[in-house]
Amino acid sequence: MKIDTNSNSYTIIYASVMVIIVAFILAFTSATLKDRQEKNEQLDKMKQILTALNIQAENDEEAGALFHEKVKQDQIMNSTGNVIADEGGFDVDVKKELAKSLEERELPLYVCDIDGQTKYVLPLYGAGLWGALWGYVALDEDKDTVYGVYFSHESETPGLGAEIADPHFQEQFIGKLLMKENEIGLSVVKAGRVSDTTYQVDGITGGTITSNGVDAMLKKCLGQYHDFLTAK
Amino acid sequence: MSQLFSRKNKNILTAPLTLDNPVTVQVLGICSALAVTAKLEPAVVMGLSVTVIVAFANVIISLLRKTIPNRIRIIVQLVVVAALVTIVSEILKAFAYDVSVQLSVYVGLIITNCILMGRLEAFAMANGPWESFLDGVGNGLGYAKILLIVGFFRELLGSGTLFGFRVIPESVYELGYINNGLMVMPPMALILCACIIWYERNKHKELQEED
Repeated sequence: MKIDTNSNSYTIIYASVMVIIVAFILAFTSATLKDRQEKNEQLDKMKQILTALNIQAENDEEAGALFHEKVKQDQIMNSTGNVIADEGGFDVDVKKELAKSLEERELPLYVCDIDGQTKYVLPLYGAGLWGALWGYVALDEDKDTVYGVYFSHESETPGLGAEIADPHFQEQFIGKLLMKENEIGLSVVKAGRVSDTTYQVDGITGGTITSNGVDAMLKKCLGQYHDFLTAK
Repeated sequence: MSQLFSRKNKNILTAPLTLDNPVTVQVLGICSALAVTAKLEPAVVMGLSVTVIVAFANVIISLLRKTIPNRIRIIVQLVVVAALVTIVSEILKAFAYDVSVQLSVYVGLIITNCILMGRLEAFAMANGPWESFLDGVGNGLGYAKILLIVGFFRELLGSGTLFGFRVIPESVYELGYINNGLMVMPPMALILCACIIWYERNKHKELQEED
């Protein structure tokens, strides 16, 4: 029997069967690989936090071990500076929290121990020119001196805005002070226009919108922790 | 076995590497050649991913070619390609997370890579699975070859590194050498591609059109 491959019913049945088979294959792949993918995402986040603490892990196992050694607590606090949970901050989605009103936000705070000294790591999330920016700021025990930073981006222009992920840009932040007259003073200004070296760092030439995005992200995200940062 | 690697089949495999290159002669897949060649590592992964996907998509379509209803054949090809791309992207996320972060949207964009649809429609719909597999591998590698050449020059001149390792010594920078920022911008990939096409057409006179 010769099947007419051009008939309407054959075409419809063919399309339906194909779609069902493909759907099953994709669902199967997704389900089997999900655990590994989530583990990778968590490891990546740990590495980012470690980078903010100026620690470079050689490989994945080391990153996991170092993270658990250095990060003592992943607290959640609210905007008035009260700790509402001692752990669980690692699983908070900063992007989702920013969509809520300030009073309702759960703010993660990583309390770390580097050679006997307490460091605080605060997460950042904002927007650059083409897509999202994110990062972490590590502070000394005085909650004012920057110990280290980490920035990354989704799709900034390579060679221009994407330079925010470069260690040379990030090293500028080390030793700067955060709070100036009860507000976030730490800022990124146009390259060569730095007037106050205590608080300001050079932006990226040709990456003005990304640099401004980093600046706005610092102000917005660190501003949420205002009460915590000013409580001595 | 000798039949599997007959002269005709060898030609199917090697022609896309030289005289029938998908990027420089057929001028397909230019868009992704711009996007992923600023550094060598993503260029290698992109080249391999496209090779794997085009080879398997070619085989699948070739096996199905007698059953595919003519009116929806493009849709069937797209579904096969999209499914394979999704699977490759999921595997990269699970086993090469850093690379998948770097390639980000470009893996998904393999679906729109004209080489895939071009080979499926032009070759796999009319040839057997083994020939189609060779054709896919050949075209994928031909594409990867150009990506590597372009990526090599862009990373070397634009960042002074190869595969992320510094190859231009610090002392050269102290003498006043600076990286060419234009090299990391997408337009430079087009200009480099054009230079390769120029070189190939000069070398192989048969590629030049008569007018």
